[in-house]
Amino acid sequence: MYRSHVLVCGGTGCTSSNSLKIIDKLEEEIAKQGLSEEVKVVRTGCFGLCALGPIMVVYPEGAFYSRVTVEDIPEIVSEHLLKGRIVTRLLYDETVGKDEIKSLNETDFYKKQVRVALRNCGVIDPESIDEYIAQDGYQALGKCLTEYTPEQVIQIISDSGLRGRGGGGFPTGRKWALCAPNKAPQKYVVCNADEGDPGAFMDRSVLEGDPHCIVEAMAIAGYAIGATKGFVYVRAEYPIAVKRLQIAIDEAREYGLLGKDIFGSGFDFDMEIRLGAGAFVCGEETALMTSIEGNRGEPRPRPPYPAVKGLFGMPTVENNVETFANVPQIILRGADWFASMGTEKSKGTKVFALGGKIKHTGLVEIPMGTTLREIVEEIGGGIPNGKKFKAAQTGGPSGGCIPASLIDTAIDYDNLISLGCMMGSGGMIVMDEDTCMVDIAKFFLEFTVDESCGKCTPCRVGTKRLLEKLEKITNGNGTLQDIDDLEALCHYIKENSLCGLGQTAPNPVLSTLRFFRDEYVAHVTEKRCPAGVCKSLLSYQIVAEKCKGCTACSRVCPVGAISGTVKNPHVIDTAKCIKCGACMEKCRFGAIVKR
Amino acid sequence: MKTLAELQAIRDRAREKMTVRGEHENAVRIVVGMATCGIAAGARPVLNAFVDEVAKRHLDNVTVGQTGCIGMCQFEPIVEITMPGKDKVTYGKVTPEKVARIVADHVVNGNPVAEYTIGELMK
Repeated sequence: MYRSHVLVCGGTGCTSSNSLKIIDKLEEEIAKQGLSEEVKVVRTGCFGLCALGPIMVVYPEGAFYSRVTVEDIPEIVSEHLLKGRIVTRLLYDETVGKDEIKSLNETDFYKKQVRVALRNCGVIDPESIDEYIAQDGYQALGKCLTEYTPEQVIQIISDSGLRGRGGGGFPTGRKWALCAPNKAPQKYVVCNADEGDPGAFMDRSVLEGDPHCIVEAMAIAGYAIGATKGFVYVRAEYPIAVKRLQIAIDEAREYGLLGKDIFGSGFDFDMEIRLGAGAFVCGEETALMTSIEGNRGEPRPRPPYPAVKGLFGMPTVENNVETFANVPQIILRGADWFASMGTEKSKGTKVFALGGKIKHTGLVEIPMGTTLREIVEEIGGGIPNGKKFKAAQTGGPSGGCIPASLIDTAIDYDNLISLGCMMGSGGMIVMDEDTCMVDIAKFFLEFTVDESCGKCTPCRVGTKRLLEKLEKITNGNGTLQDIDDLEALCHYIKENSLCGLGQTAPNPVLSTLRFFRDEYVAHVTEKRCPAGVCKSLLSYQIVAEKCKGCTACSRVCPVGAISGTVKNPHVIDTAKCIKCGACMEKCRFGAIVKR
Repeated sequence: MKTLAELQAIRDRAREKMTVRGEHENAVRIVVGMATCGIAAGARPVLNAFVDEVAKRHLDNVTVGQTGCIGMCQFEPIVEITMPGKDKVTYGKVTPEKVARIVADHVVNGNPVAEYTIGELMK
């Protein structure tokens, strides 16, 4: 029996800011103080508040330490763990109340969150099956196998209103129901953990923080559709997730929760991991299956749909990690409980990876129907440096942006589609007034051009042509005709591409054109980038009245483009200037401006 | 794993080990003074005795914590117990031998051990 548990985040975010060294030091100091029998150190998954990492929570007090360094550890051990005096200076400032420390759930970041998919992340040790079982783990599987028929399981999932969290939003219950009646010698359950959207990391965090819930949910899906074999397709770039998932599978086998005759029901299920090599297109379900089969990851035409002819030509159900993470909870707490959260057609919660120009970068899980304003201003803590919110991009390279004028939009599948965005896997990139929307569209197009597999022409050639047009515009050589051509090409690519990658690739362009057309026009007609991002359209100038002639700018200029004598206004030679911005940063008088 | 009962047994066993991390509604808090004065007077064995006693009795709504010096160093080791909805009771000069009785009478049955309290010691 330990009197105190110290939970240290071992997610990728905190690991990259040294949390593993912190754990080593913690164990060393605890041993030195003779507390090894009293204090237990637990490495957990992601807490979500990645901006404040590395994160450490000490129970029973529930003290939430943020941005902990290895040097802080001796103080935490000798003060808090030995003498019971909380080290207030290291606490997350929002949890410091007047007389006592406040619970994390009272802070702005966590207050409005409802954790279903992430419920165990940051709470349990992901490498211990016992801790998962302590949180009612594998109870849902037991309930399905002993109390429900496969049809009843599918009915519960259908009634809950759960929709695919990977992007498409297809009703999960219907997906299972379409596959279940198909007779075949072997059926498969596939988990799509090929999270490719730049900036999205919720699937990784679930696998790192709560891998057993995926094992359990896949076994439930197997029972529902009559499959005995599962595959998890994870990107090789997620080493921690792969390792913990493998540990979870091994532990589940050892406990007989995978294998033959689970819970004496006669149901067999086993699963294995397949590593992806990081191609974005492999997140598309048919390409993913082709890749698991050992072939080059290219999509195939649908129909036939995977429910009829999927992996190895057999009926297959494929769901995303976050979708699966909801399943055990729905079985345990009932379809009504799940359906009570969210909006009319989008039930439950959704995890978003909040990134970009936002104070609380991290993972948030909110009920569907929460407004963008609540996410950005309350949970996300607003935009840093007093800048103004301009737009949020959802759905990564397949999605679109929501402009500031629509900040009160309630986030759900249908509202996003009607705005020309999509839920996607849940990346949410916040942009402020310094972001150029044409440049953002160009950024996502560069990504899709790189990642297009090349199988179909509209995507392979079309996205390349789109990118060329965008480059032409950002370089100041565009014409109004280019903007019209851009739009027409977008529609052509959407209608003619083979798979989801091409069908959604033009979305960032269409969506920025829809809400920020004036920025495109400014680039073309005035040869001006309103946000001051596109380098070819920028020039740095010195305002003579403000310049004191201190020479600081000319000394920092790497190409010697600034000339002038001491105490006289300086001048920038725009022909030489490489637009690095170093002079502007250095100037103490605000005399240098971007135009 | 062949039955739900097996799973239940593992869950109960594992849950007991994790109670310290939960937030309980009717939590009983046992706090041991662990400043230099407390440690010097022997607070550490007292703290461990409380932890052991709570574990032995499977009291999953009880947390054992520490605090600093409350200023009455002559009565260390000092232990404060807060029962839900009741005033805090403070014990002085606690020894590991007294722990079992305090837990049994006070924490389990709700009757503070009057003779061990600071109020009694000061008379």
